[in-house]
Amino acid sequence: MRRILFHSLVRRPLTEAAPVKDEEMLAELGASVARAARRRLGRSLSIREVDAGSCNGCELEIHALNNAFYDLERFGLHFVASPRHADVLLVTGPITRNMREALERTYNATPDPKWVVAVGDCAVDGGIFSGSYAVIGGVSGVVPVDLHIRGCPPCPTQLLKGLLALVEA
Amino acid sequence: MATLLDTIEGRKIAGHRPCPRLLVDEDGWRFAANQLSAGYWTLLGLWGDTGAVHMAVLDENAREIAVVTMPCPDGHFPSVGALHPPAIRLERAMRDLYGLEPVGSPDTRPWLDLGCWDVQHPLGERGHASARRAPYPFLPAAGEGLHQIPVGPVHAGIIEPGHFRFTANGETVVRLEQRLGYVHKGIEALMAGATFDTAARLAGRTSGDSTVAYALAFAHAVEAATDVEVPPRAIYLRALMAELERLANHFGDIGAICNDASFSLMHAQCGILREKTLRAAQACFGHRLMMDAVVPGGVARDLDASCVTAVAALLDEIRRLFPELVELYDNTASLQDRTATTGVLRGELARQFGAGGYVGRASGRAFDARKMPGYPPYDRLDFEVPVFDAGDVNARVWVRIREVEQSLALIDQILRGLPAGAIRVAIDPPREVREGLGMAEAFRGDVLVWMRLEGGRVARCHLRDPSCFQWPLLEAAIEGNIVADFPLCNKSFNCSYSGHDL
Repeated sequence: MRRILFHSLVRRPLTEAAPVKDEEMLAELGASVARAARRRLGRSLSIREVDAGSCNGCELEIHALNNAFYDLERFGLHFVASPRHADVLLVTGPITRNMREALERTYNATPDPKWVVAVGDCAVDGGIFSGSYAVIGGVSGVVPVDLHIRGCPPCPTQLLKGLLALVEA
Repeated sequence: MATLLDTIEGRKIAGHRPCPRLLVDEDGWRFAANQLSAGYWTLLGLWGDTGAVHMAVLDENAREIAVVTMPCPDGHFPSVGALHPPAIRLERAMRDLYGLEPVGSPDTRPWLDLGCWDVQHPLGERGHASARRAPYPFLPAAGEGLHQIPVGPVHAGIIEPGHFRFTANGETVVRLEQRLGYVHKGIEALMAGATFDTAARLAGRTSGDSTVAYALAFAHAVEAATDVEVPPRAIYLRALMAELERLANHFGDIGAICNDASFSLMHAQCGILREKTLRAAQACFGHRLMMDAVVPGGVARDLDASCVTAVAALLDEIRRLFPELVELYDNTASLQDRTATTGVLRGELARQFGAGGYVGRASGRAFDARKMPGYPPYDRLDFEVPVFDAGDVNARVWVRIREVEQSLALIDQILRGLPAGAIRVAIDPPREVREGLGMAEAFRGDVLVWMRLEGGRVARCHLRDPSCFQWPLLEAAIEGNIVADFPLCNKSFNCSYSGHDL
């Protein structure tokens, strides 16, 4: 027994190297997982709302998306409590200097891939508040923006149109 | 009985309307602070100016309002907050914005300036901001087994940003301290030198949920300063908008408070009523929140006959659906268990801070700007201001329920009495210096606007949100409650971040 043990210590293992991956099989499996994922998750986005200086008018209309008339969740879109759970950041306001760091940190806490949607006229370029010492003016001055939804505030239908475009894209 | 104006010694400034503005020396300023501290007067506002400080005070018994001004060319003044705590945060804000020093203030920490601006004292003598400030020292809480919970500025829900620092012993909140200022946009600096139109649009975006009330208070101030009479039809249309705004917000709040007690059925049902109200507003005034619909001199858009029918239909529908929801609220024991006796605000504190709206009225303070100072058309309309004494979340819900009923009755009267005629008069901007003070009752309480006009433009404008006197009271109301009830208490106050931070 000692000899067997000794041999098993000094000899190379018998286990052979793994076979080369079968690209064809991988591709087939990949496609089926992608189909399943697309079916289950593809039309679903988790949204984290960040108020970065809005007058709260935009928040009221974003809230309205959850009411019985617009029923956002039927489109697979829903609001989440943490940026860690989010695919999309919905950012409002002219970006006050006092909120800049909080927005950056929220963006960094959101896992990739992620999209940023700037909501409201202020979020485009600061709107009526641009030029103030307290305002940066526009979301794109702080984080990259994928989509702008204009309006003061945009009505729920406009918000819905923008978000559905994002799902389709 | 000696009234406010009899007791204070000062020189009356010409051209300030509708109430007097009195120029006082340091003794007069201290006298006013003492009157506030003793509870004879109520503080309506405290703000800075170039080389001067102003406070607006109310003598409720005499039904008088006055602005008291103390020149302080050397940049300091006796702290009002040292005697009267509701002034503390206002003085901290004033120091950040103007660099005016409240001598003897018990709290010298910054308030709106979080160390992120390029400038220091943006409304006073501007200086370059130095490097980032030292960490903000929160107020201490001492005791065994205490732990801190920092929350925000980015919160879990779709709400505005602000920081809450809880100190708790297990589940029980020992101290809550708020840190606000995150949504400070510099509105008052943008107002300086603005035309009436631009300034009115800014006022209407101070707190979006109260855009009508802000536009109204701003218009009242302009019209007082310029001595302009608004056409009767415009006055009625303004009241219609204000009551629709109140309805929409109260529906939203009642639902959201119940939702924070995990009773989502009320939230869904109230959401329907809110949406229907907003749609009626869109149909009548072209904007769901009615932004920019109230303008100095009148209103921007007339109401046609089909809209009168639409509003009447909305009222019918609310009258059919709302009583059932009230019954549901009243008869759901698990919901009452959460709201009753939770987050109690004592009546003395509500009075000391001059808390308006449902926060004041749920704790026995009946003040309503529609009654005092009062403005048309409410002097011609029949309505009551509901008051409760319990001071808990439940009482704040009931104030809203009763106010919904009052608003419905008001809109009935407005539609019935709607005069014909013009909806706007042109205001010729005066060349000389004029000053005006305006108030309006928003859904969360009284909004105050003070302004000085120079050369046909706004030279200085101060806007005071009702939340300025309600936020500190939330800190008191949550004490001794469990952390899990904070969202409920917070929603029942529903203070504005944007209106407070400006």
